[in-house]
Amino acid sequence: MLGSAGLYFATAVCALLFLVPFYLIVRNALSTDAEITGENWQWFPTTVQWGNLTELFDDATVPFGRSLWNSAVVGVLHTLGTLLVCSLAGYGLARIPYRHADKIFYAVLVTLMVPAAVTFVPSFVLVSSLGWVSSMQGLIVPGLFSGFTCFLFRQYFLGFPRELEEAARVDGLGYWGAYWRIVVPNSLNFFAAIATITFISGWNAFLWPLVIGQDQEAWTVQVALSSYMTNQTVNFHLIFMATAVSILPLVLVFLFLQRWLVQGVAQTGIKG
Amino acid sequence: MSTTTTRDATRPAPAEVPGAGRRRKGVRGSTLSFWIFTGPFLIGLVIFVYIPIGWSAWLSFFEARYTVTPDKFVGFENYELMLTNGDFTGSLVTFTVFAAIIVPVTWALSLGLALMVHRLRFMQAFFRSVFFLPTACSFVAASLIWKMSLFSGVRFGMMNTVLGWFGVENIAWLADPNPPWYWLVIVSVRLWLQAGFYMILFLAALQNIPPELYEAAAIDGARPGWQTFRHITLPQLRATSTAVILLLLVAAYQAFDEFFNLLSKTTWGRPPLVELYYTALGDDQDYGAGSAGAVILTLLICMVTLLQGRFLGFGRGDDSK
Repeated sequence: MLGSAGLYFATAVCALLFLVPFYLIVRNALSTDAEITGENWQWFPTTVQWGNLTELFDDATVPFGRSLWNSAVVGVLHTLGTLLVCSLAGYGLARIPYRHADKIFYAVLVTLMVPAAVTFVPSFVLVSSLGWVSSMQGLIVPGLFSGFTCFLFRQYFLGFPRELEEAARVDGLGYWGAYWRIVVPNSLNFFAAIATITFISGWNAFLWPLVIGQDQEAWTVQVALSSYMTNQTVNFHLIFMATAVSILPLVLVFLFLQRWLVQGVAQTGIKG
Repeated sequence: MSTTTTRDATRPAPAEVPGAGRRRKGVRGSTLSFWIFTGPFLIGLVIFVYIPIGWSAWLSFFEARYTVTPDKFVGFENYELMLTNGDFTGSLVTFTVFAAIIVPVTWALSLGLALMVHRLRFMQAFFRSVFFLPTACSFVAASLIWKMSLFSGVRFGMMNTVLGWFGVENIAWLADPNPPWYWLVIVSVRLWLQAGFYMILFLAALQNIPPELYEAAAIDGARPGWQTFRHITLPQLRATSTAVILLLLVAAYQAFDEFFNLLSKTTWGRPPLVELYYTALGDDQDYGAGSAGAVILTLLICMVTLLQGRFLGFGRGDDSK
């Protein structure tokens, strides 16, 4: 196999290739259109155009600031709601004895067979008949009931040490008390891992927000980004500044929570 | 951890009662608790998953343009329409080609990256982060970079600029299906976005292989490199590989974002979801035909998933470990 130097060389080449798109975003976001589209390729902008940032938020054709705000609100509420609803259900399925629990669990598992993306037509039909098109509840509520997340929580709670809860139950706490006072405080790592993954997938979601966000007022940041691709007039510097702004929060999350996020993925991602 | 959980998926939830003393005090009490805990989720699941699927099946037998409360029953006409529609059946072919390329290529690349990173002694965390970082990007953002800067059809695109140094003429990456360069663009964007994620799964699995296995192999005279890789590493990664392939296929079914954004105006390279999007929400707003397409797609996916499970021995491979 490769010697040590060869190994590092090969890894570094791959790493450089993986970084090219990030480099392109930053280069383009801080250049003028002339520099981006010029005949002579420029590796760096001649002068760094920080003004592109303010221009992006002043641009009236795409309500970019508004879409960022929508994405933040949707992302946070989607994450909190999913955690609450799915963790409770996962705990009930894992721990509370009930005669038909296994049948109900099967009913949840069956929904995993049908990828959420395939159901966008029926879901749109339902949501539009509720009058929720272009609304916050239309963006948030249908996504809260993830069979997959419920499944992950159930598997996690099955492995949670039973003794801790039993001690609490002896002390007179019911299921509800044991859950909030014992189980949740001792599971914060797992909750945080699921929260991060849920937030990332919510922030990056495109198909559902595209289907629901028919008014510009209800666009999320991904829909706003996509609208640049069909625009008649192409302002390259604005497009790439918008891309940079849309990616930056998640890149920061990744860099700061990296080790912990990797553990979360390694533990939970494989359970599919 | 993964091995027990995947097996659990195929088993009913244990219906045991914690603590014999609790039991008498009330199955009724715990039944109520059960519904308090699971009720909100189950109600949501019924309203936002089961009802839409059922409604879709119902709508697929009606002529439903611009309306979700149709009155004209047409039987299987919508199904006929979709199955004889070259665009829809063509989209199934597009998906098959896509899956046949993206699944093995991502599998190989993410495994290769994991093997490389796993062997690094210094800066392992740094390189792992670099490969994992694209997971933070959305398909929309990545498509923008790919379409407007990396694989732009004109000279200022980076690929064409670099190729130009070697005297290669401008290539219209997305605007021309002959030759089908658009596949290169589509596959590379997804590869960049997802390889790091699966690399993490492989890394975790690699770290769980007991080092004694390699020591024993060395004593038996196996040369490090291809031999140990084939006879020790690969078999030990079997459970992870199976899970990765399954996840990759599921992700491929859902392909929409990059196709929609990279090729929206073109007639080639449309996977089923893009086709359905235009059928149901395009100019016609044909919910009947769109629903029929969604039902067909759902049935296909269920069938493939079941076959896959049988073929890959999903859930069975764990016992061998």
